[in-house]
Amino acid sequence: MTSEAPSSSSTAVLELRGLHVSYGAIEALKGVDLVVNEGEVVTLLGANGAGKTTTLQAISGLLKPRAGEIRFHGERVDGIPPHEVVALGIGHAPEGRRVFPLMSVLENLRMGAYRFRRVPREELDRVFGLFPVLAQRRNQEAGTLSGGEQQMLAIGRALMGRPNLLLLDEPSMGLAPLIVSQIFDIIQEINQQGTTVLLVEQNAAQALKLAARGYVLETGTIVMSAPARELLSNPRVRAAYLGEGAE
Amino acid sequence: MTVGELPLAVRRPRRIDPRWLRLGGWLVLGALLCVMTSTEEGTPSDHWLVVRTALGSTKLIGWLLAGAIVWALLEVWRARGLGTVVSGRTAGVRGRWHEITGGRRAHWLFLGIAAVAAIVIPQFLSEFYQRVLVDQVAVFVLLAVGLNVVVGWAGLLDLGYVAFFAIGAYTAGYFTRALPVKPPFHLNPFVILPVAVVVCLVAGLLLGAPTLRLRGDYLAIVTLGFHEIVQLFLVNKNNWTGGNQGAFGIPHFSINIFGIHYQWTLASLPYWYLFIAMLAVLVFLFDRLEHSKVGRSWTAIREDEVAAAANGVPTVKYKLMAFAIGASTSGLSGVLYASRIGYINPASFPVVLSITVLSYVIFGGMGSLVGVIVGAALLTFLPAVFQEQNIVRQEDIPMWIGAILVVMMIFRSQGLIPSRRRRRELGLAAQGVSDADAMSETPEGRA
Ligand SMILES: Nc1ncnc2c1ncn2[C@@H]1O[C@H](COP(=O)(O)OP(=O)(O)O)[C@@H](O)[C@H]1O
Ligand SMILES: [Mg+2]
Repeated sequence: MTSEAPSSSSTAVLELRGLHVSYGAIEALKGVDLVVNEGEVVTLLGANGAGKTTTLQAISGLLKPRAGEIRFHGERVDGIPPHEVVALGIGHAPEGRRVFPLMSVLENLRMGAYRFRRVPREELDRVFGLFPVLAQRRNQEAGTLSGGEQQMLAIGRALMGRPNLLLLDEPSMGLAPLIVSQIFDIIQEINQQGTTVLLVEQNAAQALKLAARGYVLETGTIVMSAPARELLSNPRVRAAYLGEGAE
Repeated sequence: MTVGELPLAVRRPRRIDPRWLRLGGWLVLGALLCVMTSTEEGTPSDHWLVVRTALGSTKLIGWLLAGAIVWALLEVWRARGLGTVVSGRTAGVRGRWHEITGGRRAHWLFLGIAAVAAIVIPQFLSEFYQRVLVDQVAVFVLLAVGLNVVVGWAGLLDLGYVAFFAIGAYTAGYFTRALPVKPPFHLNPFVILPVAVVVCLVAGLLLGAPTLRLRGDYLAIVTLGFHEIVQLFLVNKNNWTGGNQGAFGIPHFSINIFGIHYQWTLASLPYWYLFIAMLAVLVFLFDRLEHSKVGRSWTAIREDEVAAAANGVPTVKYKLMAFAIGASTSGLSGVLYASRIGYINPASFPVVLSITVLSYVIFGGMGSLVGVIVGAALLTFLPAVFQEQNIVRQEDIPMWIGAILVVMMIFRSQGLIPSRRRRRELGLAAQGVSDADAMSETPEGRA
């Protein structure tokens, strides 16, 4: 199987090979190949129902692939339960944020640090440094935060597990453009601090500004993979994901 | 707009003033209570006899009048905004009450008072009430406290809970040589307690491991089936279990170590203290558990199972743990029960008993230790009082408890003394924001 991995010299953090995932008889992923290298921001683009969330859930062990391989730092991680995936250093901010609504901001962050015996001070400082608003609202119930703040909390919670690889599922979903660009700035900062990011988005314009490379997923298959700049100028991408038809 | 919404928009039904609807509700309730309190017995050939005689009697007028009066009072109350006036007046008092009762120190004070009351008061009760305290209140409070871990904290619907109660009781029967199948050695009931805990723990793990991976609602069905299997086994495996006759002569508890000799007998009071001691230990342990990492994991699983798993909570492990803890608590109660009564048979452990315990937990307030203890105690003690005073006939008691539960679910679905968190969860779940249980999608094993 020839993967279309780019000719980057850095080592692969995450590799998907021929990944098949099904919901019963429905095949959601039909052989996905994807590589994320150390220190990169890679974006996975696609319309609603393309299989982006399914891909991330398979990586973090929430779904078991039917066939194919998932490698993290070269080790097979497909089929292992999610709490072990978290312990390996993969953080996942799921689609729709999914903060624990009745827990305070601090308690949510503590759940993020679940794999540690005690909440690591430096991670907490890092998260509060990135998202000062969370520090201000540390005792507020997460369910009463605004959408943008909840997204920040979801990302912060994923960071509390000290991940090498951060999986972000549509962080821009349902947020005002100003908040979106604010969050994307912070994602960039997180990346510059040394965390590799796999960013799932429908908001192609924003995502491609941030990412080095991008993949385009259509009904369970990768149809394009190229450096972000190429994708931005590609007429097909422009028509499907950057034009008026973009959702 | 979907097609289905169109006719509604076109038809525009005439609206009835909700006031009259409420009057109708109160009148129906009056008629219902008239039937429920009727002394007439139904006969197999004429099921409607009770209804006809009750609704034909002059008492009906009294009940309807009562319904109408209540309705009128409530309407006046509503019109004057009395509800808000009163709650405004009492806000200060209630605030202070919360201040006093909310603190950690008050918590211990209440516990102390409850403990003293539980020790002293039963001494002054008649033998009848002492027996009720042990055979009803104590047994069901223990069971409720255990089921609360499964249902209230982990959010799992276990309808085979009493099967473990039976397993515990039969374990006691086995090791005290009361069953046809004989053990290699004979044990004192005290030693059987941990044995039964282990047996039920293992049984719970064996049942839970394959089923807790499934979507939550299957758990209810599987546990129900499990209870049925246990029951059929007890009935049919005659040469082991004694079949329908069950087992007789299970000995009482006794202490015989370090020069201390004590023998429990038919007397109720010593058993009451034994149960209370056991309850105190469990409440202490479970309270610690609730405020530990385990309790936080259960909360996370209840609030959002997918998010919990994505954050590294081993969800299956914690659900299994709750299930097994519940099972062993049930088994422990089974040993105490078997030794107290001295006689067990399959009919002592009907499937409906699981649902009874569940209704006590729901009544008291799922997830609240104090709530389920008070709830189970009230719903077992009060019926006995009413029955003793000839206010309610024994065969009517399930009907009354059912009615109380229905009313409770309408006006206070969170239970008598709900845990603060659980109440809010139910509120959020009603708005479709969150889960409030572990019954919806399971993150693992879905593909
Ligand atoms: N729980 C599920 N059961 C059945 N089908 C599902 C489930 N979740 C997603 N799918 C299907 O899998 C496909 C991919 O979905 P998803 O990964 O959520 O897409 P995306 O995140 O790109 O919008 C869709 O066709 C969707 O309908
Ligand atoms: Mg998605």
